[in-house]
Order: sequence, then structure tokens, then C-alpha cells
Amino acid sequence: MESSELKRSKDSVNSCESARRSSFPDEVLERVLSLLKSHRDRSSVSLVCKDWYNAERWSRTHVFIGNCYSVSPEIVARRFPRIRSVTLKGKPRFSDFNLVPENWGADIHAWLVVFAAKYPFLEELRLKRMAISDESLEFLAVSFPNFKALSLLSCDGFSTNGLAAIATHCKNLTELDIQENGIDDIGGSWLSCFPESFTTLEVLNFANLTSDINFDMLEKLVGRCKSMRVLKLNRSVSLEQLQRLLVNAPQLAELGTGLFSQELTIREYEELESALSNCKNMHTLSGLWDATGMYLPALYLACTHLTFLNLSYAALQSVELAKLLAHCPQLKRLWVLDSVEDKGLEAVGLNCPLLEELRVFPADPFDNEIVHGVTEAGFVAVSFGCPRLHYVLYFCRQMTNAAVATIVQNCPDFTHFRLCIMNPGQPDYLTNEPMDEAFGAVVKTCTKLQRLSVSGLLTDLTFEYIGRYAKNLETLSVAFAGRSDWGMQCVLGGCPKLRKLEIRDCPFGNAALLSGLEKYESMRSLWMSACNVTMNGCRLLAREMPRLNVEARGGMPHHLSLLSEMLGTRQTENY
Amino acid sequence: MAFEKDFNLDVTELRLGLPGTSEESEKQASTTLRISNKRAMPDMNEDSSVAADKKCDQETAPPTKAQVVGWPPIRSYRKNSLQTKKTEAETCGMYVKVSMDGAPYLRKIDLKMYKGYPELLKALEEMFKFKVGKYSEREGYNGSEFVPTYEDKDGDLMLVGDVPWEMFINSCKRLRIMKGSEARGLGCVV
Repeated sequence: MESSELKRSKDSVNSCESARRSSFPDEVLERVLSLLKSHRDRSSVSLVCKDWYNAERWSRTHVFIGNCYSVSPEIVARRFPRIRSVTLKGKPRFSDFNLVPENWGADIHAWLVVFAAKYPFLEELRLKRMAISDESLEFLAVSFPNFKALSLLSCDGFSTNGLAAIATHCKNLTELDIQENGIDDIGGSWLSCFPESFTTLEVLNFANLTSDINFDMLEKLVGRCKSMRVLKLNRSVSLEQLQRLLVNAPQLAELGTGLFSQELTIREYEELESALSNCKNMHTLSGLWDATGMYLPALYLACTHLTFLNLSYAALQSVELAKLLAHCPQLKRLWVLDSVEDKGLEAVGLNCPLLEELRVFPADPFDNEIVHGVTEAGFVAVSFGCPRLHYVLYFCRQMTNAAVATIVQNCPDFTHFRLCIMNPGQPDYLTNEPMDEAFGAVVKTCTKLQRLSVSGLLTDLTFEYIGRYAKNLETLSVAFAGRSDWGMQCVLGGCPKLRKLEIRDCPFGNAALLSGLEKYESMRSLWMSACNVTMNGCRLLAREMPRLNVEARGGMPHHLSLLSEMLGTRQTENY
Repeated sequence: MAFEKDFNLDVTELRLGLPGTSEESEKQASTTLRISNKRAMPDMNEDSSVAADKKCDQETAPPTKAQVVGWPPIRSYRKNSLQTKKTEAETCGMYVKVSMDGAPYLRKIDLKMYKGYPELLKALEEMFKFKVGKYSEREGYNGSEFVPTYEDKDGDLMLVGDVPWEMFINSCKRLRIMKGSEARGLGCVV
């Protein structure tokens, strides 16, 4: 990439030189460019000419690597000498659903070793779907004296011992954010490893962990960290303990409660209500495990300025939700379980006119006998009441083409449309037709669409629509859909901005796979599993595209993952 | 209401007999079971008759579809959370499945949500759109088209309302709304 850039910029060097001589010292350019935050803008800037490329690389302090195998840590360190903050993503998204083999890779350690040498002043590390061991966490904790922020989302390979190392050694820690990881929760003693003199924590999220922590230590920690703005507790923290914490931390902007279910006296209830309502800055509320109608009213006064409410761990009924939402007029983001049913979603439509994001998760997804959850009616009701809706994740048991057409007519600004009809390959339940027209309506109407997940019975027509109309689509997820290679070919031949394509259990084969050769160069990744691709097809692809990292597993490859922009080498392990 | 009262264990010998079932098979049924004051259906035993077998087939819910790996696409963490909740709820005996003869899908309810039988029956009536007749100790839900029954911890089929409410919610494993004609004999004093 570097060499081709130099070649390209040869022509512009002269013009750059003359411009430089006339007005622009490097320092000024660097200063200006340091204000650029978006990594895409920075990418564009770096392509202008050699001077701008250099100014950009010297002024960049944060690097985002969407695919840890697309580039080696050495190359990153060579290009960007002044990095303070790194975001890395590893495994394909389907690893969240157990579709990726164990020990696939995406281990952080090699990166940490390079960073320790090249970025001794590293402050932030944010990892998603990476493997990280306790040894790596300990290495991190002792190698970077300025280390401030650690965020681990959907990672695995570590235990609470690793967290203990972080708490013990990172004297300047401001953020410890441990979310939804495959963590080995040995015990809660890690929290007690923060030294008594430690006061800098601003973000603490251990909601993911199940073990009891020492509440006294937590209370003291929260009490002395006066800048704390995000606190997300785990289930082991009771309502009464929550009240004690809040009394000392009314400045909190984001709160994740512990278990929201306990026998409280009237006085304890009132104290809790008062402590909650004193959090005048609170805009995000989550946790609420096992919350029932009984104590939800304690939240009412605290919800006035709430913009994000995450109820996805509280199986509320529709009436309880309706009562709560009446107190949340500013809500922009709402996550719920489908226990609220369509009636609950009607209440959303009635009470939350500013809503931009809705996620409805299934409370009982694996019990096929149960009639549960939400239908198209709930989604339609929300669309009528919430015209600003642009992000939806919706798990439902039935849907119709007509309903989706109505929904996108009401809400044409969708950027993220993720619909999961839970029974694979299910048609429109009223007409028995495929759901092609539903997704056709989505891509035709929602011109800003960036992310789409399709489901239900779908023919190749759906993919014709997507290829033709989804001009801004970057991420597409497909499962149990399509009829022939033609479907996938349409997507690869259209969708100019496609970056991530993940496909499972679809009848797409080698012809489809090989039709995307040009496309793969501009994509981050392709995942195919349980499709009709063969090992020979993969070999052919790898031969045609030597710069792509092609991995295939199994005789008839069950897993094929395609990672583009291979500038480093992927260490192959024996599966 | 009548069924709230404790019943006299000695006086009522409770047994289920299907129309046409002989005395013998009934006796067989009661002796192979643990001594209890509960009613039992012959087809709950190993020695069930052919008729009872056929009945079993009819009762069986539609076969569960094989669970597909990684579907629906829910993160492991959330999945495990749900499983924990489910197991907790189930061991507490609060969430029970409710089926109705003839309906293709089951529902699930939390018995803790109801204060007593009247509330529960009203909820069931609304859920499945049927009407249940008046309960009496002697005749059960005589005259109803549908009769609420339940399977208890020991696997016995019982008539909803026969035991005190607290005992009911602690022992009820599953609810079944049977056709009135098939429930005849449940609740009959022999």
C-alpha cells in the first residue's frame, strides 16, 4: 500500500512542493490534521500526496483496525509512530453464535509485544472478538505506565485474575469496561485490588460478571472516584446496596443496576427512589435484572432525562412497560425483551416520539412449542409513533410483506434494519409468499441503509433488489435464504459500498463465490458456512487473489472466511 | 369459593376412570401408584391400555424442531443469561406451560402472577378463548366444554382447583386444558 501511494503521488509532489514553499509548514498541517477524528477522513487525507500522508501519520493518535489479520502490528507501528489509542476487532461476527471453531486465533499478545516496544505511552485499548489471556492482561498492566482505558467486548480467553492484574497495576486507569465476554469468572476479589489511593476511575462496567464482589470495597471505590460517570453493576449488588452507592455518586450519567428485586421496607423504597431521582445527569439506565412491576415505580422520577433504557434483562409485561415509558419522554434508544408483546410496543409508539433505536430480544428463543413474543403488529405500531426510528433489531415469530412496507413508509430513514423471523425460511404468514417484497421495500425506500439482516423465506429476488437498490449498504447478513448462485452474484455485482458479508446455510456455490473477485478487494470480510462452496472453489479463489487471506475448513468447507487486504501473514494453526 | 376449603382426605377416594374402564384396571392403576389421595390416569402407568396409548399420542404436542446451531442469532452471553433465568424460574415451579387440546401452540404463564384460582381461570379463559363452568368438589367442572387440568410433581393428572392454592402452585408442573368429555371421571367421587 505504501509503495503504490508513493507512485501515485509522484505527479502531485511538485504541486505539493510549490504549495508548501508558499504557505504551509509541516507543523501547521499536522496541527490542522490532528483535529480530524474520523478514521475514514484520515484515510482520504493520507491519499492526497506524500506530504499529507506524512502529516497525517504523524498526527494520528488513534488507530482503528477492523480486521486484526488485515495488517501486522509491525506495519502499523511503522506507519503511525504516535498512537495512544488502539481499537482492534478480531473474529468474524458469527463467532458470537458459536459458528467459528475454537482457537481460531485473533490473539492480542503479538500486538501487545509490539506496542510495548513502539508505543510505551499507550493509553487506550478497545478490543472486540479478540482472544486475550490473563498473561496478556498482566503484560498490558505492567508495560504501559500511562494506561487509562480498557474495553473488552465479546472477547474470551481470560479470567477475573486478569482483571485483578489491571486493577493492581494501572495507577492511571479511568475506564474498565468488561462487556459480554467469555470470561472465566473465578471470583469477585479483583475489585478489591484497586489500591486505596486510587481515585481516577470514570467508567466501571462489570455487569457481565456473576460472582459476588466485596461491597464495602466497591462502596469505598465509588466514594473516592469523584469523576465516575458510568457505573454498571452485576447481579450480586442488591437494591439496598445500590441506594448506598447512589447516595455517594449522584453525578452518574450511566447506571447499570444490579438485581432489581428484593424485599424492601417502605422507608428503604423511598430512600431508593430519592437516591435515583437525585441523579440529575442520568441519561442511560440498564441492568434491572428480574425487575418486576413492584419496584419499577422507584425509577419514574429518575427517567425524565433518560435517552437510553436497556430492559433486555428484565422480562417485563406490557402493562409494566407502558407505565414506565410514560415517564420517559426523551427516550432515543430502547432495548426490551419480547415478553412485553405487541401491546408493550404499542405503548412505545405512544410514549416515545423521539425514539431512534429499538431492539427487541426474544425471552424464550429456543422453546419452539411456546407461542410468545412480538409480531408484525408491534413493529408497525412503533413505526407509526416513532418517525425518527433508524435502527432496529427485531426478533419475531411472524411477519408480512405488507407490514414491512408500511413500516418503511413511516420510517424511511433506516440505517440499520435487522429483522429476525425466528423460524428459518418462514413465508409471509398471511399470503404464504416469500418475504422478498418486504426487503425490496426496505432497500428501495431506505436510501441511507448501511446494515441489513434478512430472514424468512427468500428467493433470489430479494438479492436482486439488494444489489440494485442498496447503494449505501456496508454490512449484509444472510441465513437460510436464496435459491441459486444468482442471488449472491447480484449482491456482489451491486452494492458499491459493501464491506462485510456473512452468509450461512444458503445454496450459494463456487460460481457465486468466484463472481466477487473484484469486490473482495474493497471488502473487509466475507463469511460463508454451510453453503455449496467446495474446497476447490476456495483454492481457485486463493490462487486468483493472492492478496486475500482465504481460509477454508472441512472437506466440503464448512467454514470459509475471506479476510482482505492481507499485508501480514496469518499464522495458521492446526485445526 | 368451594375449592378453597381443604378436603377431607379419608372420605374422598379419588380415582380417574375413563368411560367404559373396568373396575379391575382401575384397581390396578391405584395399586401401582404410590399411596396418595390423588387421582391418576391409567395411561400414566406402564400398564396402560391400548386406548390410553392412543390418547397419549393425541396429547403429545407437535414435535419440537431440531435446534439449529447458532440460531436464532443471540450472543452466548445473553443466551446463558436466559438459560439461568429459565432454570431458576423452573426450579421455583412458577413458570408452567399451558396447552389446550386442539391448539397447535403452547403458552407459558407465571403462576406467581395470580393470587388464586379465580384469577388464574380468568386468565386462561382469556388466553385460549374458552369458558369454564362452575367448579364443584363433587362434580368438577361439570358441563364445561373445556376443563382445566394440570400435571403435578409426581406426574399425576389433577383437576385444577382440587387442592389449596399454595399447594397447587408449588406442585403444578404443567397445565392442560382438556376437552370436557375426556375429563369426565376426573374429580368424580367413586
